Order: sequence, then C-alpha cells, then structure tokens
Amino acid sequence: MTTRQFEPGIVPGRLPAEDYCHAFADTAPPLTDHAARVAADRCYFCYDAPCTTACPSDIDVPLFIRQIATGQPEAAAVTILSQNIFGGMCARVCPTETLCEGACVREVAEGKPVEIGLLQRHATDKLQAAGVHPFTRAERTEFSVAVVGAGPAGLACAHRLAMKGHEVTVYDARLKPGGLNEYGIAAYKAPGGFAHKEVAWLLQIGGITVLENWQLGRNGTLEDLLEEHDAVFLGMGLSGVNALSIPGAEYATPATDYIAALRQAEDLSTLPVGRRVVVIGGGMTAVDAAVQAKLLGAETSTIVYRRSQPEMPASLHEQDHAQTHGVQIVPNATPVAIYKEEGGLVVEFARTATRDGKMTVLEDTIRIEADQVFTAIGQTLGATPEGLTITGGKIAIDARGRTGLAKVWAGGDCATGGEDLTVTASAEGRDAAEDIHAFLMGA
Amino acid sequence: MANLASEFIGIKSPNPFWLASAPPTDKEYNVRRAYEAGWGGVVWKTLGMDGPPVVNVSGPRYGVIHGPDRTLLGLNNIELITDRPLEVNLREIKTVKRDYPDRALVVSLMVPCDEESWKFILKQVEDTGADGVELNFGCPHGMAERGMGSAVGQVPEYIEMVTRWVKQHSRMPCIVKLTPNITDIRKPAEAALRGGADAVSLINTINSITSVDLDIFAPEPTIDGMGTHGGYCGPAVKPIALNMVAEIARNPETRNLPISGIGGVTTWRDAAEFMALGASNVQVCTAVMTYGFRIVEEMIAGLSAFMDQKGFTSTSELVGLAVPKVTDWQYLNLNYTTKAVIEQADCIKCGRCHVVCEDTSHQAIAMAEDRTVTVKEEECVACNLCVDVCPTACITMKEIAVGEMDARTGRPVGTHLNWTEHPNNPTGSGAACAKAPAE
Repeated sequence: MTTRQFEPGIVPGRLPAEDYCHAFADTAPPLTDHAARVAADRCYFCYDAPCTTACPSDIDVPLFIRQIATGQPEAAAVTILSQNIFGGMCARVCPTETLCEGACVREVAEGKPVEIGLLQRHATDKLQAAGVHPFTRAERTEFSVAVVGAGPAGLACAHRLAMKGHEVTVYDARLKPGGLNEYGIAAYKAPGGFAHKEVAWLLQIGGITVLENWQLGRNGTLEDLLEEHDAVFLGMGLSGVNALSIPGAEYATPATDYIAALRQAEDLSTLPVGRRVVVIGGGMTAVDAAVQAKLLGAETSTIVYRRSQPEMPASLHEQDHAQTHGVQIVPNATPVAIYKEEGGLVVEFARTATRDGKMTVLEDTIRIEADQVFTAIGQTLGATPEGLTITGGKIAIDARGRTGLAKVWAGGDCATGGEDLTVTASAEGRDAAEDIHAFLMGA
Repeated sequence: MANLASEFIGIKSPNPFWLASAPPTDKEYNVRRAYEAGWGGVVWKTLGMDGPPVVNVSGPRYGVIHGPDRTLLGLNNIELITDRPLEVNLREIKTVKRDYPDRALVVSLMVPCDEESWKFILKQVEDTGADGVELNFGCPHGMAERGMGSAVGQVPEYIEMVTRWVKQHSRMPCIVKLTPNITDIRKPAEAALRGGADAVSLINTINSITSVDLDIFAPEPTIDGMGTHGGYCGPAVKPIALNMVAEIARNPETRNLPISGIGGVTTWRDAAEFMALGASNVQVCTAVMTYGFRIVEEMIAGLSAFMDQKGFTSTSELVGLAVPKVTDWQYLNLNYTTKAVIEQADCIKCGRCHVVCEDTSHQAIAMAEDRTVTVKEEECVACNLCVDVCPTACITMKEIAVGEMDARTGRPVGTHLNWTEHPNNPTGSGAACAKAPAE
C-alpha cells in the first residue's frame, strides 16, 4: 500500500483510500435508544428552563426530553421542529456548550450537562428516518413571497410561509440549496449527505420552488422580485471574505472556498492538501479548515491567531477538538508577510500582546513554513441592493426582521442581530415569516 | 465492628438479614449461595401439600415499575408457592440446615385450612431440623382463589384457628406472615397472637396491576393476552410496610409480639428503619432479585458502622427506638413551626421548588430575574414540598423557637398545643376557650 502522506507540496491522496471514510466519520455518533433514555432521565424539567432561554430558537428543551423519556421521540421531534425546522442540523452543529448545555443546571451541579444536542439529534433522526414530515399547509392564500438564499434563514422562512399557505420561490446563487449547511460546515459534523437530505425533507411541506444558480444583481434585481412577489426575504448570507493586506497575500486562499470544495468533493482522496498547512484566524471556520486539513493527511496543521487563546472566537470545545486532532494553536501572532521560497511558503508573523483587550504588536517575529495557507478572518456581505441600511457591515433589521425598505425583510448572517449560527439564522427566518404573514394577511 | 448477632424467637443468626420466602429461596442451590454470600437466615419458599406439584404459568411472572434509568422501584409477581415436589424440598432443607447450622432456616408453609393437612406437613418439616415455620397467610394471587394465602390472612378467625393447630402439633417456633390487603393490620396480628404465634412477619405483597400493554390493552405481566393482579413489592411498598409494622408495635395488644419486617428493604438504612419501628429483624427479596445476593455485604457493613456510630452493641438496642415517637395526628404539636431555608451556595437554580410551590402549594418561594429562589416566610406553611423536589437537597426546614415571630401568622410561636386541646376542635378540651390555654 503506497500513500503520498509525506510528499512535499500540495497533493491529493495522502491517506490510503479506505481511511478517508473513517477520518470523516460522525464526530459525535448518535445515541442508541438505551443511551437516549438514560440521558433523557437526567433532565430535571426545570421551571422556565435555562436551556430554552439559551436557545436562539427557543426550543422547549425540557418538554422534548420528557417526550423522549416517555417513549415518543417522534413527538419530541415535532416539539423541536415546530420552533426550528433545522433542528436536525442544529443538533449537529450548534455550539451547545455555549448555549443550551452551557446553561443546563446539571452543568452547574455536576459539570456534566444533560446531553441536549445528542438528544435533539436522537429525536429528529427518528422522525426523518420514519420519512415523516409532520407539518401541513394551511389553506392556500393569494400571496407569493420571494426568498433570496436557500440557507438556514431563507429555508426556515420559506417553510414557515409555505405552512401559512403562501407560495414561496427561493432564489439561490449556488447549484444546490442548503447554504452553509451544504457548503460551509465541517464534513464530519453532518456526514452521509445530511444537509441535502434535510433540505429535501423540509421541502416536503410543498409550496416552495427553489431556483438555483440565481444571484441577486446578476439574474435579477430586488425591484424585479418586488414586482413579481408580495414580499421579499433576504437571507443570502455573507458571500465575501476578508482578505489579508500584507505582502504575499495572494499566496493565501480563503478557508471557506476550501471547505466548500471539500464538502462537494465526490472523492476526498482527489482533494489536494498541503503537507504543512497554516490557517490564519481564530473562529469556527479556522478550526474546521485546520482539522479537516489534518484529517486529509496534512502532516502539520497550525492555527495562528493574532490575540490570546482565551480570546479566540472558537469555543473551548472547538479548540479542544482541534488540538485533540493534532492541530497546533499558535496564539498572539499576526501575519506580516508571506514569502514564496524554495520548497514552499513561509509566513512571517509578528508577536503580539493583549492587555485589557488591547492588542499591541511586538518586535519579535516568528516564521512558519507552509505548503498551503488559508485565511479565516471573517466573512463579509456581498453586493446588496440599493436602499438598504447597512450597519456594521450587515443589513439593518428590526426585531421583526424588517429592513428599511417596504415589503423587504432580512435575516441570517447577512442581517444584524444575533450570532452567525445556523440556529440563529433559522430562528430569524421563522420570525420574519411570521411577520410577513401578519403583514400579508393584514394587508 | 458492632456484633450483629441476632436472636429472633429463639432462632439465632449471625445477622438480622434474612431472605424472605420467595423465588430466591426456592431450592438448595440458591440458598447455599445466599448463605455463602453472608445472609443470616432464609425463609424457604412456601411448601404446599404433598401430591401433584403446583403448576406455574410459563409466560412472564413479574411486572415492574421503573424510576429514572430503569431503576427498579416496584415489582409484582404472579408466581405461586413452590412448584417442586415436597420430598425434594424437604430433603434439600435437611441437607442445607446440616451444612449451615449457624444460619437461620425457617420453612414457609401453606396448606388447606384443615387440621390434618397442617398436622401432616408440620411433622415433615420438623424432621428436617429446620429452626421454625412461617405461615403464609399472605400471597394474594392464585393460591388465595383456592382458599389459602391471603384468603386466610383476611379472616382473623382463620388465622387464629390455624395458628392454634400449628402450635398444638409442633414444638417449632411459629411466625405468622400477614397480608397487607386488609383495612386494619392490627386485627390479623391480634388473631395470630391469640392463636399462640411466636411472631408475625409483614408485609406480604400488595394486590396490584403494574402496567397495561397499550397495544393489546391487557394488564402486564400478560399471559396469552390476559392478565391478573399480582403481588406488589420492592422499594415502592416500604412506606406501607413501615406503617403497618409500627401499627402493630404500638398497639397495646400486640406491643410485645416480635416482628420480622418485610417490604422493600434494600439497604442497611431501610433495615435500621424497620428495626427502629419495632422489627427485630428484616426479610429481603426484591433487592436481591434486582442486584443479587452480594448486597448483604453493604447491609452488614452499613448496619455495623451505624451501630458503632450510635454506640449500640446489640441490634436489640435499636429495635423499637422510634415506636414511642409514632402517635396519632391529633397529638401532634400544632404550634410547632418551621420555615424553609435555601442554602444558596448549593442551589443550581432549576426552579423546581418555585414552580411546585407556585402551582400547587402556597406561593411561598419567589424566583428572581437571575433565577435566585427565596422563601417568603410570610407565606411558607412549611409543607416540605420544596425539600422533597429539590435535586441537590439544598433546602432544609428551620425550627422557629417558641416565642419567636412567625411571619405568616404575625404572632409569636406558641407553646405545645395539640388538636385535643385546640380551641377550633369542637370536641376538644380547649373548645370553650377563645384561644389556646396559657401554660
């Protein structure tokens, strides 16, 4: 058996072909029925439960866990999905340690929260495995709504609107619906084509038409949509990325592009990866890129973050995940230049110090050799229609999801409010749909 | 280590932990394992008449109630008395007793209500060298339909009659095992005493249906689509058993009648509680049917340590210590006042105390925006529900001393006053008074 594990440069097939499947297997395997019952029995059914308060989509966690405990996981799934139609994906990708599980009173009591994420997955998996779509559409209305972006925000909005009886057309720039669920999150968090299956399941509600390869600005304008539909929801996410402005920046590539390519690769052994990988950044995308590079067979994979490690946007759980997969985290180093030298790239970093939240750049430098350099230093809003108010690089919305423009709502990563999480996007899409429905029916 | 050696109506055993007459004591193999594991005594599973053996069902015999994580809280059974030939049981009893002379071996019996049947079986048992007999007047299923078991135990006259035959035709110590499926446990106990019983043991199992199969709509355990009531036992029945033991222990008629306590004994603590309420020893079944015989090691070590801690040198010093504290409601001090106190450092802010008090009790626990729970003393009637539902046991009841202000009533806590003395009691001694009599 020959592999190219230690070959210099950026090459595919660093692992034996049969190892890819194992490397990208489910990072948190599902609970067995027995394990789910044991885990469910640990819930105290708290009053005004902190887990629910901590959930951006307000899932009634104690109720759904009680439904699992009493032998009705499918009913538990309905409780979850009524609040968050992406309950299945959220069970896999939510940073539960900072949300529901972080707030669990058993975390306070024992340092071991109820396994809410895994229980949510147990319930939603059961329902999807049964091929059941538990929601039905209300009587048809005369209204149609355009949704821009088939990510969690757009599809959550579309689903809720379809449920209310409206006709929905979802316009998406990519070739497949799903948004970051399909193109962005790490492969091992939702293996087995889960993102695709979840969207197909969601669309079973009916009344939703998805138009792929349709980009706002390129294939039509907001005015076109407003002319054709009674309301518009913008949920197109963040299509741009922040770029380095240092000498040699052209040698680095956005981590999001690499992750998207990885997610869409038919055969991971054909995906080239560097022997030495450097990821510049400190968030979830940086972790996902660095870990996946390692899983593809990179000999070293290093995350370099400009501030101190406790300041990393990636949660402690994610940092642990990276480090236990052999990723090295180098904090307090900010990139200065990337050089192309014989045998590969060299990234030069200036050391930094952070005190009281203020970062100062020191004179000391370090040089890290690399074959492949990724940037994961934030995503940005792409071109947006005129007339929208942009605040802090995002479309400004009010609590109901309304933009400054009449009949135009927005939500998800492209809009203000909440963290850039699947669960937040899903909740914002849902809430905007409720407001659109109220607007249409009141009109 | 305190010495746990126990003597019960003349029967000696190295500790007060016996196995009750039940599936675990049905044959030599099990009983030997039990003795090897450390059990002080065994009541051999009930023997019946000579002749064709009893026939059991060949489907499920047990039904169950589970707590969290499938903790077994209650078990019921529809098994009958031994289904092995009488002579086999007798031969095994003789062998086992010969090999374990220091352990108690009592034989449980159930034969029809005629003198000859009892006379016959007693002679057979006496020949085995067993230490005594226990009369099974308790089993509520199957045998009761044939006029035995609880069918006898529910008629005090029958209890007295059979007990008298047993004492007449045997020199062996005689324990009468009582059924809880009656309204006043003192009546059968008094009947046993009148008949000459040396002791009573209680409780036998409680009539029960543990669950219903919601697909075929039949009680569980289900036999070919049908079910019947079984006998309920295990931790869930302990409170019922404790009360019945106490009722007999404090009844003037039966206060000196030795008691063997049965009903959900699982740990040393359960045993100590039964003994404090008047049982001289305890019998165990469900706990070993859940965990195996080894649990006796914990019971022995635990009771020993407890006795050392309390300075007891013999288990007899523990027996009955709580009996004088059992009284009727009317004699409870109605002026005794406590208030819930929450240890904030141990509170995990689950809010259960708040919601149960708010929804179902006295609206006496407030919950702040930050989820901190605090007791409203002006509303707290000290019902104890918050203590009972708290997952971390961080709530306790603090006594308000006589003379101190009770924020709920706005009056100082009064001196001892029970219902018989209370002015609101129309038939009490204080009825004529406008307020509680001064002391």
